[in-house]
Formats: sequence, structure tokens, C-alpha cells
Amino acid sequence: MSIDRRTVVKAIATGGALIGASVLMPRIALAAWSKDAFEAKEQTAAMNALFGSDGLEESAEVNLKAPDIAENGAVVPVTVTSSMSGVESMSIFIEGNPSPLAAEFMIPAGTKADVSTRVRMGKTTKVTAVVKANGKLYSAAKEVKVTIGGCGG
Amino acid sequence: MAKKMLKVKAKASGDKTKVKMMAKHIMESGQRKDKKTGELIPALFIQNLTVKHADKVVFEANLGPAISKNPYLAFSFDGGASGEELSMTWTENSGKTGTEVAAIK
Repeated sequence: MSIDRRTVVKAIATGGALIGASVLMPRIALAAWSKDAFEAKEQTAAMNALFGSDGLEESAEVNLKAPDIAENGAVVPVTVTSSMSGVESMSIFIEGNPSPLAAEFMIPAGTKADVSTRVRMGKTTKVTAVVKANGKLYSAAKEVKVTIGGCGG
Repeated sequence: MAKKMLKVKAKASGDKTKVKMMAKHIMESGQRKDKKTGELIPALFIQNLTVKHADKVVFEANLGPAISKNPYLAFSFDGGASGEELSMTWTENSGKTGTEVAAIK
């Protein structure tokens, strides 16, 4: 019986260590590339991994510029701007992609909350821009039609 | 790195500097299959790009494989004058990293 007891104690110890690590992880990886968020398969899971919450507030002060119809899903120009003050980061989520989180931009003080890039879209889906300002999350979304997908090949 | 990966156009106008950059990079998504072998091509993409001006970080991007091939980024920041330098540090998901310098026009 003594062996059984040992295994049990060991299991509890490693389990506890794992829980501790997973709780601490998001705090350590504040600005670093978040593996969990970028590899998440669901948009809400990606948001939770990145922000620790998926509670978004739609805001007219977040502006997402993307085409209505993207002929080529491999190159979809997207611009995110915000007139808010205290913007910390801006992220782009593409709901229908294998991993919805496309990019996260850190906006230090003095940098305009205005970033343009080009993304890949696998299929027609909703693109969401999330702006983190003053510790809160604001969003704007737009449906983009894709004629030719850009993920497979 | 012998060849520059980033093409940077930074222009100072008034008290702001506008930066447009394009990286020459395949941004392999990890979703494509090799047509001959039918195996998935492993992902290879730029994970992080940090832009510094006078030792201050003015822009940082964490990118995923959903960013298009030859990634394009545009942003602007307060400050910066013609002739000053911007330093860009990129990191690939393979761990490869590099720093390049460009002048503001």
C-alpha cells in the first residue's frame, strides 16, 4: 500500500505544479507571442488566451477597413484605426480561419492607433478588430466575402 | 544576413513619421500540402516584429501565419526626423532573428 500512497502524492504534486504554471503563464507572456492564442482553433478561445476574456464591447470608435468582397483570399488588405485614447493593442481575428487570431499590434504611447496590413482568409467569414484601451476591449466587425480561399493550395 | 528582408519607407512629415514596410518572406502557413509527397509543409513565418526609434519601441507586431505572404505593415508615430534611423528586429517561428536599420526620409 505504501507504493500506492507515493504515486498518489506524486500525482498531486505534479498536477498542482501544472495548474500553477497555467495560471501564471498569461501573466508572464504579456507582450510576447502568445502560442495559445495564435494556435487556438476557436475565436473565443483565442480571445481568452490573448486577453483573458472574450467580453467585447462594440464601439463606433473602432474602425475596421476591409473590402466587401476579396477576390483573392491570400491577400486581403485590412486597416484598423481607433479614435480612442489610451490604446494599448489592436488585434485582428478572422473567425473562419484555422486559427482565428491573425495579428496583434502593440501600440505604445506616441504611436497612432492606425495600422494596415494584409491577411489571408480561407473562406467568407467575419473579420473582427479588437482594440484594447484602458484595460477594456472594444471591437468592430465586418463580413468579408472571399471568392478564392488563401489558406490551402 | 546578407540580403535585407525588409523594405522600409519611412517619411517624416510635420511632427509625425509614417512608416510603411514590406518583408520579403514566404509566411508558410503550415496548411499547405506538398504536391509531390502529399505531406504538409511545416509553418514558417515571422512571429514578432519590433520597430525602435532612438532606442524607444514605437511599434510591435505579433503575427500569425494568417498574415499574407510578403507581409505589409503600415503605421505612424509621433516624433522622428529626416535622417534619423529606425531599427527593426524580426523573429521567425524557427527562432531565427535579425535586425535591420533604415533611415527616415
